[in-house]
Amino acid sequence: MSGLQLGDVLFYIIAGFTIVSAAGVAFSRNIVYSTFSLMGAFMGVAGLYVFLAADFVAVIQVLIYVGGILVLMIFAVMLTHRISDVRISNRSVARLPSLVIIAFIAGVMIKTVLGANWHRVAPGTPVPTTYAIGNGFLNEYILPFELASVVLLAALIGAVVLSRKELKQP
Amino acid sequence: MSIGLAHYLVVSTIVFVLGLYCVLTRRNAIGILMGVELILNSANINYLAFSRFGSGHYDGQVFAIFVIMLAAAEAAIGLAIVLGIYQTFQTIDVDATETLRG
Repeated sequence: MSGLQLGDVLFYIIAGFTIVSAAGVAFSRNIVYSTFSLMGAFMGVAGLYVFLAADFVAVIQVLIYVGGILVLMIFAVMLTHRISDVRISNRSVARLPSLVIIAFIAGVMIKTVLGANWHRVAPGTPVPTTYAIGNGFLNEYILPFELASVVLLAALIGAVVLSRKELKQP
Repeated sequence: MSIGLAHYLVVSTIVFVLGLYCVLTRRNAIGILMGVELILNSANINYLAFSRFGSGHYDGQVFAIFVIMLAAAEAAIGLAIVLGIYQTFQTIDVDATETLRG
């Protein structure tokens, strides 16, 4: 098979979009630009999930990350910054040592990834995964599923307790 | 060369180190939380890539959903703490919040 196939080209486009958006999050000087780059990164990662035959996880990613976490972050940015000085609001320190550290870590990790002898199986044709995941949640993974719901309830109550105003005692 | 396991692992490695750079250099608490989200996303890419190319089973997808669930809880609590810090210090620069430093 010579030449690039359409799916491969799409993969490279989406992967490049994800990496450029993540770099925008990391290097942008303006916190608002960082937040919107984060949206691009989340959407790109959702596209990668579709390539990995994980349709349900991709939809969950768009719903929870883009629809929930990102909106929460935009609210937090807008509530904590006087818009007038937003230009200097995302300062970074120790750029050069951090760049050296992450270049070193990236080099080691990519070398390991490319050199390791991973256990591989041939990927099957993509099938809808919702049935298998729902069955797993209610049979094999019932305990983690219930624990996760308790964790979410605790997080909900904790967020309310942390962000409410203290009532003055009468 | 068609798209395989290594491609996804390289992409997730790059996203991971960019998130790590965010966590290392940002002095804005929300910027640090964004870096943490990038790191969690790269871990999820790894889960799904190994689920597709390494095991051929859906286990990795279930764990990815758990990771997304915990990331949502982490973001809610983290941003509530950030708003609390802002109400106390009038800034969310993490260098300014050093009251507990000995």
